[in-house]
Parts: sequence; structure tokens; C-alpha cells
Amino acid sequence: MIWNETKECMGRDEMQALQGARLVKLVDRVYHNVEYYRKKMQAIGLEPGDIRGLEDLTKLPFTTKDDLRDTYPFGMFAVPNSQIVRIHASSGTTGKATVVGYTRRDIDVWSECVARCITMAGLGREDIIQVAYGYGLFTGGLGGHYGAEKMGATVVPMSTGNTKKLITMMIDFGVTGILCTPSYLMHIAETIEEMGVRDKIKLKASLNGAEPWTEKMRDKIEEKLGIHAHDIYGLSEIMGPGVATDCRFHRGLHVHEDHFLPEIVDRETFQPVADGVTGELVISTLTKEGIPLIRYRTKDLTSMDHSPCECGRTTARIARFTGRSDDMLIIRGVNVFPSQIEAALLEMGGTTAHYLMIVDRVNNLDTLEVQVEVEEHFFSDEIRALENLARKIEHVIQQAIGLAVKVKLVEPKSLERSMGKSVHVIDRRKMD
Amino acid sequence: MFVKQLSVFMENREGRLEKATEILKEQGINIMALSMADTMEYGMLRMVVSDPELARSALRESGFSAMLTDVLAVRLEDQVGELHSLTLILCAKGLNIEYMYSLVSGERKAIIVKASDAEAAATAVLEGGLQLYGNEELCG
Repeated sequence: MIWNETKECMGRDEMQALQGARLVKLVDRVYHNVEYYRKKMQAIGLEPGDIRGLEDLTKLPFTTKDDLRDTYPFGMFAVPNSQIVRIHASSGTTGKATVVGYTRRDIDVWSECVARCITMAGLGREDIIQVAYGYGLFTGGLGGHYGAEKMGATVVPMSTGNTKKLITMMIDFGVTGILCTPSYLMHIAETIEEMGVRDKIKLKASLNGAEPWTEKMRDKIEEKLGIHAHDIYGLSEIMGPGVATDCRFHRGLHVHEDHFLPEIVDRETFQPVADGVTGELVISTLTKEGIPLIRYRTKDLTSMDHSPCECGRTTARIARFTGRSDDMLIIRGVNVFPSQIEAALLEMGGTTAHYLMIVDRVNNLDTLEVQVEVEEHFFSDEIRALENLARKIEHVIQQAIGLAVKVKLVEPKSLERSMGKSVHVIDRRKMD
Repeated sequence: MFVKQLSVFMENREGRLEKATEILKEQGINIMALSMADTMEYGMLRMVVSDPELARSALRESGFSAMLTDVLAVRLEDQVGELHSLTLILCAKGLNIEYMYSLVSGERKAIIVKASDAEAAATAVLEGGLQLYGNEELCG
């Protein structure tokens, strides 16, 4: 099934004409409504009239997460707050969140895109779908929820947390679809095995995103649950989950190109690269009203494929992500930058700001341990005082990144320093 | 009145204790009493040594986190009820014991005590009729 055949199976020429027309309007909109963009364009002598179609795309400057931070909280919004109906936010390096706003139409478009994704995963109106992403400022829960409702499925808003209850309802309600992070689905699958109720579940398909995973992990999830697992991509700056998903042929993720204009650029020259070449994914939000972005650098590394897909969709596909061009980690769906830890430690005092993050995956759930070197004068010969110090550091870091963390105190100068620059992250997660 | 205790923070890593004792040996430092407190991740080695200042600087030079702490060395006889006489005194004054361990070195027998308030504890002990060792008496 295809949710919106008109758009998803549009001829390539027609799609490009549509994208070109929407790009022209987008540039005009941001120039006149977002001071930040106007200044940015004026600084390089660019006027809206200079952008006449897709061929002029590369004349436009990039947008980065820093731009969003500099304009915190609402500086990049292109409409008055009276038209914003919802806010979402994700964590940022300085502790300042990246804030995004949606108009009613943005929510409709988002729901439409997620509906396309869920349909792509083979689910439909007759299905009962559990949304097991966190509900809240994170876009996963509400994004998945609205999309599943728009498509007409019966939505069970589980959120995260109580896995046994989720499984009980999965059995009792006859749940056939689920949206959650891949690591959480793996955890659910293992809990189902432990409970010995594998033959009682009716699950057919899943859409999993918000953290990196591999083909091997997909195979494992599919085998354990007897389902089709699909990759759903998105980021809050662009919209949230639902920017792209893979169809049943799993040959990359179809981008909803009528709303999101994708480019792949070289990591160093920032020039567009050919199909099949890996680079950074850059997206322009063609139809977004609340916070329209031009050439937003996602920092996600992938390649593009325009060849026809057996499913009948004509939209460009992006390959599974191979990594990031910055040091951002995604831990339990939360964006974490090492610099956040550093800032928190420095702010607190008493530590040397030499730290080591150890990310691991235990029972399919991500864990974060931070080893902290403590300054000599902060040490105590009393275990209780040291334990208190560790708890206090845990609290400070937790406040900064919004994620539970375990702090381990280590001896001064015991953490590795290489070329004056410390190694700050050890990622032991095996994605498969 | 007080005894300088050498406290060394120790990660639970292979060879750390061995390294610390090697340094003390090389410096000709005698360990008269020792206690090792351990948690899941690290330990705290507390010692009464013959030359606390030298021991601390030698350990620090080798990258250890070592510090000196004032503790009480309460002289006790080797007989029933001696420890109780001490705990009774501290308890009566509402003083907390953070940790304690015993010292037996030659003819000297003592309990090393870190109390919540070192000054008050020392006064209470002396008023209670017990004796305290100083660094010189222990290390001499």
C-alpha cells in the first residue's frame, strides 16, 4: 500500500518542478519573515530573486544547529507565536535546548509524512499500533501518535517505561504494529522470550528510529519477533520522525521529497556529491511554516539513490546511516555531546574536567558511565564523602543531558591524554 | 594529640596496591597499622606510618592521590571491655565514629579512630581517663 500515490510516485521531472517552485517560495518566506536568514543572505549579497529554482540551491548558505542555538528560543520562527500550536525541543551542547515550533499545518504535514511511513511498513487502518517512544518534548511520541491516528490505526499511547505492561497489552489487545527505538524493541523482544509468550503476540511490523542501528540488528529483531522491522528517520529540527522510511524492499529510506529537499554534500568541501557517494545529509524544509530551514546540515552521514524502487515509489532513498560528522552521541534516543559533560563538570568545580564517557548496551538498553578525575583537594578519606561527591556529579550531569548516568571517580591523571587532547568517549555498544 | 594518618585513594585496578607498597618500601617507611575500605569501584587505604609527610610526597610524585588526616590513636589494653570504654565515652558525647581500626606495633596497642569532631573526641577521651598516642610516640 502507498499512502499518497500522487506524491510518492510522482515522475522525477514533475517532482523537481514542484521542489523548485516550493524552494523559491521558501526562500522568499524566510527572507521576509526571519531576520536571521535575511541578514545571512544579505551578508553574501543574495536576494530572494536570485533563487529561481533547484539549480540555484547551492547559492544558499547552510543552516546549522549553532544557528538555532544562537537564536534560542524563537528567533528562527517565521510566524507569530499566535500561529504556533506546539513546541518540541531537543538537548544541545550548552545545556540550551534546540527549540522548534509547529503551526497547525506543520502538524498536518508531519502527520501525513508519518502516515506515509507507517503505510510503507505495511500497516493500515485495521491495525492496532503501540507508540512506545517517549511522549513529551522529544518528537518521537507525539509525532508517531499523530501519524498513526491520521492513518486511521487504533493507537495505544504506551510511551516508555513499563515493558511488562506493554507486552500484556500487546497480547490482550492483539497489537499488530509498534513504534519505538530499535534498542527498546530488542529489549521488548527479549522480555517476550523470558515471559514465554512469543506465540501469543500478533505483531506484524515495527518502525524504529531515533538511534543508529544496523542490518544485523534488524535481522535479529525480525527473527525474534517474526515481524518486518523498518527504519524511520527524522530529526526535530526538520520535523521529527517521519522524514524518511524504508519500504519492504529495504533498499534505503524513501525521503518525502515534496516536503524535504535532500542533498548529500562532501564532508570537507561541502560540494554536492553524486549518487552512491557518502557525505553529509543536508535538508531544506520545503513546506514548513513554523521554523522553515534552508540547507540544514544534519551531521548525519549517508548516500543517496535515485534509481527506481520495486515498490513503485519514485522518491529518492538515503542509505542507512554510517555515522556522524560531529561528536554527538545518541544514547537512548537522547542527543548527547561530550562538551555538555565537560561544561557541567567545570560549572560544578572540584573536578579536573578530565572525564571519560563509556557508552555501553546492557540487556539492549544503553548505559552511560562517566569516569571523572577528581582534584586532590576534593578528595576525602571518608568513603561516604566520596560517594556523596559521585552522586552530586551524577546529579549535575543528569541535569545537563537529561539522561541517567553513573559516575565513577578515578585517580587524578589516570585518564588517558593523547597529544594534549583527551579521548572522551568509548562507545562499546555493539549495534548487532 | 592527633596522629597523622596517611590516606590513599585507590582505584580497583590490578597492581595499584602493589605499587603503593613498593613506594613506601623504597622510602624506608614502616607501616604500623593499616585498614583498607573498599567499594565496588575503589578503595581507601588508611595507614599509620613511620614518616607520614615523606610517604605522602613520595606517593603523590608517583601519581597517587594521598592525603594526611588527623585521627586519634587511643591507647587500649589487650583485655575485655577496653573498646567499650572508648565507645561509651564517644557515645555519651554524641560523637559519631566515621571509621576505626586497630594498631599493634611492638608494645603499643591502640585503636585508631576518626570521629565526627576530632577536637571534641580528643577532649572527651582524655577526660574519660584514656590516653592518646601522638605521632612521636608511635613513630619513634
